[in-house]
Amino acid sequence: MTNPSQAVKAGGDTPGPESEGLSKEQGGGLAKAGAPAEAVGRSPGQLMWTRFKRDRTGVVSACVVIFFFAVSALAPVISKIYGKDPYTLYGQNQYGLLDDFGFPTGANGGMSGEHWFGLEPELGRDVFMQLLYGMRTSLFTAVIVTILMVATGVLVGLVGGYFGGKVDYWLGRVTDFLMSFPSQLFFIATMPVVTAVFVDPAEETPTYLRAIAMISVLWFLGWMAMARLVRSQVLTLREREFVEAAKVTGASPWRIIRKELLPNIFTPVLVQGTYMLPSAILSVAFLSFIGVGYVEPTPDWGRMFAIAGNIYENDPTYMFFPGIAMVVFVVAFNLLGDSVRDAFDPKSGR
Amino acid sequence: MLKYLSRRLLGAFVILILISAFTFFLFFAIPQDPATLSCGRNCTEANLELIRNQMGLNDPVPVQYWEFMKGIVAGRDFAVGHCDSPCFGISFDSERNIWDTIMDRLPLTVSLTIGGLVIFLTVGIGLGMIAARKKGTLIDKTVSSASLVFSSMQIYFLGPIVLGLLVYNTGWLSAPKYEPISGGVFAWAGGLLIPWFVMSLIFTANYTRMSRSTMIEQLQEDHVRTAKAKGMSRKYVFFRYAWRGSLIPIVTIIGVDLGALLSGAVVTEFTFSLAGLGRLAVDSVTDKDLPMTMGVMLVGAAFILICNIIVDALYAFIDPRVRLS
Repeated sequence: MTNPSQAVKAGGDTPGPESEGLSKEQGGGLAKAGAPAEAVGRSPGQLMWTRFKRDRTGVVSACVVIFFFAVSALAPVISKIYGKDPYTLYGQNQYGLLDDFGFPTGANGGMSGEHWFGLEPELGRDVFMQLLYGMRTSLFTAVIVTILMVATGVLVGLVGGYFGGKVDYWLGRVTDFLMSFPSQLFFIATMPVVTAVFVDPAEETPTYLRAIAMISVLWFLGWMAMARLVRSQVLTLREREFVEAAKVTGASPWRIIRKELLPNIFTPVLVQGTYMLPSAILSVAFLSFIGVGYVEPTPDWGRMFAIAGNIYENDPTYMFFPGIAMVVFVVAFNLLGDSVRDAFDPKSGR
Repeated sequence: MLKYLSRRLLGAFVILILISAFTFFLFFAIPQDPATLSCGRNCTEANLELIRNQMGLNDPVPVQYWEFMKGIVAGRDFAVGHCDSPCFGISFDSERNIWDTIMDRLPLTVSLTIGGLVIFLTVGIGLGMIAARKKGTLIDKTVSSASLVFSSMQIYFLGPIVLGLLVYNTGWLSAPKYEPISGGVFAWAGGLLIPWFVMSLIFTANYTRMSRSTMIEQLQEDHVRTAKAKGMSRKYVFFRYAWRGSLIPIVTIIGVDLGALLSGAVVTEFTFSLAGLGRLAVDSVTDKDLPMTMGVMLVGAAFILICNIIVDALYAFIDPRVRLS
C-alpha cells in the first residue's frame, strides 16, 4: 500500500493521478540512465540513489562532508599518530617556539613539520589538534541539536496536522509565538539561566553541562520551521486516498502515522534536516565566539575565531585554518542539501 | 490596509507582552534564587539581602511581574532612587538606569542593522536581477558562485580579513567607530563603512541567489511572455511585470532574516569592537546582570517586531491580494 504512494511522492509534491506519477517517474529514470527499455521495479530510494550518483557536485560535496565527519570522529586516533594533543602548551614547554611577545617564531604562524598548522600565540598549543578537536566538539553538539530539532518538529507537525482542530490550533499558536522570539538574543540571555538549573552558580560549570545547556537552548528555539513543514505536508497527505483507505480498513491512528504518513514525509524532512545542521553548527560557533558557549580549555571551532580576532593584526595565519575549514564545510553542506533535494525531487531544478 | 496594519500592530503588542511574561518567569521562577544568580561568586549575605530588596523578591512572582510591567508604564521607586517611565529597573552592576543604558547603545545597533540592510538589499537584488537577465553567461556564473561562497562566510572570519586589508596593511580606511548621526552624516557613515561592507558581502549573497532564482521563474511566467508578445518594451516588461512579482518571495525572506540580522549585528559588534546592544546583552550575561538582560531582550524583541510590521506593510503594498484579504 505504501509503495505506489511513495513513488508518487518521489516524483513531486503535487498530488496527481497515481499512474501518471509512476510512469513519469520510471520513464525519466530509465531514459536518463540509458537502461534497457524493459520495466524494472525500483524503489524510490534506488531511483533517488541513481539520480544522486549522476550529480557530480553532490557526490563531491558528500565526500567533503563525510571527510569532515570522519576526521572529527577519528580525532583521538589522529592525535595518537600525529603525537600531539589539543591541551599541551608546546610553545611554553619548548623554548624557542614562541618569541618574547608570545607569537610563533617560525614563518606563517610557526608552521613546520612538527606543527603542521603552526602554534597558537601566547598559549602555544598545536593549531592542527585544536582545529580537529574543535570541529569534533562543534559537530557533536550540532548533530545532537539537529536530531532533537528534527524529532520535535516532526512530532509537533504530525500531531497538529493529523489530529487538526483544537490541538492543531494551539500547537500552531505556540509555534508562531516561539518563531517571533529574537532567537540569538534569547540564546545569549538564557544560557546562564539554563546552566543555573543544572549547577549552582557559585561552582565551576563542567563542560558536559555547558553542552547540555547549549543543546537545550538551541533546541528550544530551533524546531519550529520543521514543525510547519511537516504539518503542511501532513495536511495534504491526510486527504489522500491511501490514508483514507487505511482509515476505512480500521487502522489505528498510530499505525497510519507510522506506516502511511511517516514514509511519505521522509524526503522533505531529510532535505530540511540537511539545511538545519550547518545552521546549528554556526549557532554553536556563534555562542562560543561571543563567549557564552564553550570556554577554555575545551577546544571549539567558534572559540578559535574569538582568539583569532584578538591576535589577527600580528598573526593572521591562525585565523585561516578554522576559517577556511568552516567555509568549505558550510559550502559543501549547502551544495549537498541542494543535491539531495534535486535527487528526491527532480522537478524542482536549480 | 489600515485595518490590516492595526490588526498586525495589535498582534505584535500581544506577542510582546507574552515574550515579556515568558522571559520574566523564566528568569525569576527557575529553581534557583535569582539573587544568588545575579550576585555572582564572592557573594556576601549583605549583598544578597540588598539584591533581594531591590528586586522585591519577597513578593510572589506574579506580583513582581506586575510591578515590573507597571514600572515600564508609570515608573518605579527603588532604594537607590526614582526611575522614570519607561522603567526597566536598575542595573545590579553599575546601578545605572537600564532604559538609559539601552538608549545609549541602541543607535549604534540600529545604524548597523538598517544601514547594512539598505546596502545589501540594493546590491543583492540588483546583482540578482543582472544575473537573471544574463542567465547562463559568464556574469551569471561569476555572480552565482561568488554568492555561494560568500553566503557561507562568517562575519568573524571575513571581518578581520577586511580589517587587515583595508586598515592595518594599507591604511586606506580608519578602524570602525561609531559617531552619532547628529555629528554629521559623513562621519557617521565613514565610521561604519567597514562593518556595513562586511555584512553586505555576506548577506548580499543570499539575496542575490534568491532574487536571481525568483526573477528567472518570473521571466518564464505566462503573463510576462504575453506582455513580451504584445510588443511591450523590454524594460517595461522586466521592471513592471517580472520584477514586481519577484519581490514577494524576497520580502518574505527579509522578514525571516530580520532576527538573523540583529544577531549579525551582535557578531559585527564583537568583531569590530563596537559597543552596541549586542555587546550589552553579552556583557550583562557575563556579569549576571539580570534586569539588564531582561531589558535588552525586550527592546530587541520590540525592534524585531516593529521591523516585521514594516515588512508586512511592504508586503501589502507589493501584493494586492494581501491588502484585500
